[in-house]
Amino acid sequence: MEISRFARHSETEWLIEPSGRMRVPAVIYATEELVRDMDQKVFEQTTNVATLPGIVKASYAMPDAHWGYGFPIGGVAAFDPAEGGVVSAGGVGFDVSCGVRTMLTGLTAEDAEPAKTLLADALFRHVPVGVGSRGKIKLNDAEMDEMLTGGASWAVGRGYGTPQDLERIEERGRMQGARPEAVSARARDRQREEMGTLGSGNHYLEVQRVAAIYDDQIASLYGIRLNDLVISVHCGSRGLGHQIGTEFLKKMVMSAPGYGIEMPDRELACAPIDSPIGQEYLGAMRAAINCALANRQIITHLIRKAFAEILPVAELKLLYDVSHNTCKVEEHDVGGVSRRLFVHRKGATRAFGPGHPDLPEVFKNTGQPVLIGGTMGTASYILAGTSEGEERSFSSSCHGAGRAMSRHQALKQWKGREMVDYLAGRGIIIRSPSMRGVAEEAPGAYKDVGAVVDAADEAGLSRKVARLEPMVCVKG
Amino acid sequence: MGVRGGGATKEEAFEQAAVALTAVVTDPRDIALLEEIDVECEAPDDELLLAEWLNALIYQMATRRMLFARFEVRIDGPRLSGKAWGEPVDVGRHSPAVEVKGATYTQLKVARDETGAWLAQLVVDV
Repeated sequence: MEISRFARHSETEWLIEPSGRMRVPAVIYATEELVRDMDQKVFEQTTNVATLPGIVKASYAMPDAHWGYGFPIGGVAAFDPAEGGVVSAGGVGFDVSCGVRTMLTGLTAEDAEPAKTLLADALFRHVPVGVGSRGKIKLNDAEMDEMLTGGASWAVGRGYGTPQDLERIEERGRMQGARPEAVSARARDRQREEMGTLGSGNHYLEVQRVAAIYDDQIASLYGIRLNDLVISVHCGSRGLGHQIGTEFLKKMVMSAPGYGIEMPDRELACAPIDSPIGQEYLGAMRAAINCALANRQIITHLIRKAFAEILPVAELKLLYDVSHNTCKVEEHDVGGVSRRLFVHRKGATRAFGPGHPDLPEVFKNTGQPVLIGGTMGTASYILAGTSEGEERSFSSSCHGAGRAMSRHQALKQWKGREMVDYLAGRGIIIRSPSMRGVAEEAPGAYKDVGAVVDAADEAGLSRKVARLEPMVCVKG
Repeated sequence: MGVRGGGATKEEAFEQAAVALTAVVTDPRDIALLEEIDVECEAPDDELLLAEWLNALIYQMATRRMLFARFEVRIDGPRLSGKAWGEPVDVGRHSPAVEVKGATYTQLKVARDETGAWLAQLVVDV
């Protein structure tokens, strides 16, 4: 991306002053190298978001920002309903509440090393992954409504996990304000056989080793030590969320002219927060958040079953569960005034700092864990929310590496089987139903996740706590 | 990921865009044409109709757990009636790379070029 149109405010803060129809500035947090590597479309999309009604302070892009649909992936924008603010399905993304859950095991990497292959096989057997896979839990309409209202809390009630798990999930496992009646029959149909499935693409389940600790104090309060064995899951709201995203994108495109909303790009389709369509979307989107939370909870249950077979001594406890495709109502300080805002994070992780009232007691002094997924050959990271993040980005940080190369290019460059063998040579066991999928997800097709989290740390969006390296990766 | 279909008619371009949609998941040549399904949709303009058509197929792929390789489209004003032929997903044979989540309006275009040929394209989220 051309950097001449930015005003550089610091090593990692780049500002675009409002011009044309922009109501607020656009701000990108990244190093010069990351900004130069970003697609020019990130500039266009971040500035387009700045034109939307009721946007507050600025349109932000995180260090891993890349070309998305309407909003950039890695985009953050807050809207005030009192100023005609909008909600946008494209500002949340198709995979509503896609996110990462990390679990502690009480074991070290050495404890698991001899059983690694058996563990990979057991996880692959227990957790349905990939195109066409089916979950074992089938829900009728009444059960679907309960799931859409109850989220992970519903799943725990059905025996998938324990009440202690819920403390370690954003919204304590249950998103308030869900409206199951706003979820269409088609969205329900797409979910009927997908509860407890991982999905495909960049979704994964990894057994990981804590390879580095950057902040001893926070790591200790998070319960993480060097060389610990942990597990991370990356997936979302499955077919139900995808269908809700699809349907409301269309509804918002069709209704925007009636609300007098002019869009520079149809993908920016949105509706006033207080309008019937805005409220219907919020109700459906919150139901999809509950679907994602329930899904990750069921997958946790399946992972525990796999561990019970292979490493029964392991005790799987949640570190935290974060969602990175959401719109949430939050109180934020804007110029010394606390305002109730609708914060869109699309490919961006909430990163509440120490003392935030919504955090469970255990994270009151540390800030919330910010879980960043990497690739199957590099690393993932645990960061912590900071106090500065509130001022910088409505307490938001990056979410992952972001693709550097298209799937098509990756497929030309790598073969799945060779990638599996290469990673096995490095001690990383891959299990996947699709070798083509593995090739498309080759680590080299992604940006350097290390550079992304370094930039997030340097910009003060979140603080680096630990680096996790994969030992086993189950890919869809 | 972008999908693009071309053809002498708008209908043909829509059919080819659907083949491209399948190619995102697997090689369409590996799909046997064992079952036929009907798809109906409508939208106020050609571009939204293309998104509706592909989204209707994505819904069918997801709920029937099928892959399709041959398509037939008829367009009558805002309405599209389509047929798709394919078979249930066979993970071993199809090695399906990725699920398609939905058709977006990014790079959405349905138009004729200077030679009169039709183009139908958009980006799908995977």
